[in-house]
Amino acid sequence: MEFFFEVLIGGLLSGVMYALVALGFVLIYKASGVFNFAQGAMVYLAALSVAGCMEKGAPLWLAVILAFVIMTLFGIATERFVLRKLVNQPPIALFMATIGLAFFIEGLAPLVFGSEPRALDLGIVDEPIPYFLDQWNMVISKFDLVAAGVASVLVATLALFFQTTRVGRALRAVADDHQAALSIGIPLQHIWAIVWGVAGFVALVAGLMWGARNGVQFALTFTALKALPVLILGGFTSVPGAIVGGLIIGASEKLAEIYIPPVLAGWFGGNFGGIEGWFPYILALLFLLVRPEGLFGERHIDRV
Amino acid sequence: MTTPAVEHYLSINSIEVIYDHVILVLKGVSLNVPKGKIVALLGANGAGKSTTLKAISNLLRAERGDVTKGSVEYKGQRIDQLSPNELVRRGVIQVMEGRHCFGHLTIEENLLTGAYTQPLSRGQLKEKLEKVYHYFPRLKTRRSSQAGYTSGGEQQMCAIGRALMAQPEMILLDEPSMGLAPQIVEEVFEIVRDLNSREGISFLLAEQNTMVALKYADFGYILENGRVVMEGDAGELRSNEDVKEFYLGLSSAGRKSFRDIKHYRRRKRWLS
Ligand SMILES: Nc1ncnc2c1ncn2[C@@H]1O[C@H](COP(=O)(O)OP(=O)(O)O)[C@@H](O)[C@H]1O
Ligand SMILES: [Mg+2]
Repeated sequence: MEFFFEVLIGGLLSGVMYALVALGFVLIYKASGVFNFAQGAMVYLAALSVAGCMEKGAPLWLAVILAFVIMTLFGIATERFVLRKLVNQPPIALFMATIGLAFFIEGLAPLVFGSEPRALDLGIVDEPIPYFLDQWNMVISKFDLVAAGVASVLVATLALFFQTTRVGRALRAVADDHQAALSIGIPLQHIWAIVWGVAGFVALVAGLMWGARNGVQFALTFTALKALPVLILGGFTSVPGAIVGGLIIGASEKLAEIYIPPVLAGWFGGNFGGIEGWFPYILALLFLLVRPEGLFGERHIDRV
Repeated sequence: MTTPAVEHYLSINSIEVIYDHVILVLKGVSLNVPKGKIVALLGANGAGKSTTLKAISNLLRAERGDVTKGSVEYKGQRIDQLSPNELVRRGVIQVMEGRHCFGHLTIEENLLTGAYTQPLSRGQLKEKLEKVYHYFPRLKTRRSSQAGYTSGGEQQMCAIGRALMAQPEMILLDEPSMGLAPQIVEEVFEIVRDLNSREGISFLLAEQNTMVALKYADFGYILENGRVVMEGDAGELRSNEDVKEFYLGLSSAGRKSFRDIKHYRRRKRWLS
């Protein structure tokens, strides 16, 4: 039983990391209807910026600030030079533009900061927490717990921002009905630039966590793919959905990895390791068939 | 009829609007809104009322529409190139057809978004809210409901209230009566009249509901197929035989002539 909980908790904590990436998608999709394929590349860019600045001698805090500036500028530039030109184009055109953007980042960032994989040391050691080990005989990673804490703080901050500030309210208004927002004088482009800036910030936090855990390397761009099943589960427009979706994916893939292969092996014989890699997609696919709008997908209010 | 003494706040001079580069919808529309007046823009569905209002607010671009000729002036200055944001800052705001409240925001949040362009302190915001609630007591009771779940009348009030938060001098109000029960329509129009007389807000009111619009307006224009076909004081229009017959359904019976047949055709066009 301890083992079950150990796997479950480990899964939930890693799910938080998925949620972090999914959150970036949700923000942009909600506010501008753009599915930002480049979110994964942005995570990579953020991690690379931090690692690159540290290599050039900056202390961690400075590197994070510099990366924050880079990500914000990058977000604003994207809105200004790519998306603004494409206003009123069909969503597929915008989607294609973000694919182009992803390749652009993936090509340019290594030119600036170098492409070799490297470690990112945030000063949090990835070791079991003694308390859980002694009391419960469970291996719970200290790093995962810290990452989950950081993500929670980030989400709480974003929620406060959306609920209580003037810009946050305007952001939600734009997400609801951008034509109406325009008509009452909310400058859409301004708002979209802010959204891209915030998405850049979220990518930075995700990049820090993922980079520190898996190393700063090209494979970080694939974290975006892990966010997809999270989005399908949680709904593309829901911040709580991204979090719950992330938790479900994280927990279920770890549990599946442990408990399903023996069953399959019992039926068919052979080795069924590596389920973790594809289980989330199957789960998402099944989910799509049952509830296409996701767990928390915004219901369309149809009343006139 | 056109007294040079009245100050023309908003004037539109022979504007032409084309959608999608090919569909000519407004074919030279001119109209004026004097300071402190309510002006009605009347006409059947598809006549071009909404297009006219959107042309003024510069909201056509999002619908692939373009103003290709003519000019729009506000207080003597051309405003055709200003963004909606700048227009709202100058005091011209639009309440779009179909209300367009932010469905997932509460009524109060909707109102607050209306003040986006205004640099207001917390206290001033509260004051403005109270003022809106004063005009729309119904909104106060629904302040924390999601706008998407309120009634049509409440949404219309919310949309007007939201515009009020921007401290406007001129409201372009598109089809406020649409889909509302007659007594709610009267309620909304009474508030419009109040806002006009007490706050001095001028209105350009696009309406298919000729009867109600002419009851509250000072002046009216009738639009047909993208052209102004008639204009006059509201009282004059109300007693005009053509308008009576075509729009108010009050024909004085027994006068059937060729002219009436011609009129009848026109009426059919207006009503189709
Ligand atoms: N986005 C658009 N693209 C093409 N045609 C349009 C568009 N919007 C309106 N129209 C056309 O322009 C004409 C006038 O429409 P509108 O201004 O909405 O009229 P009204 O508000 O008087 O009902 C209609 O024939 C309508 O079909
Ligand atoms: Mg209309």
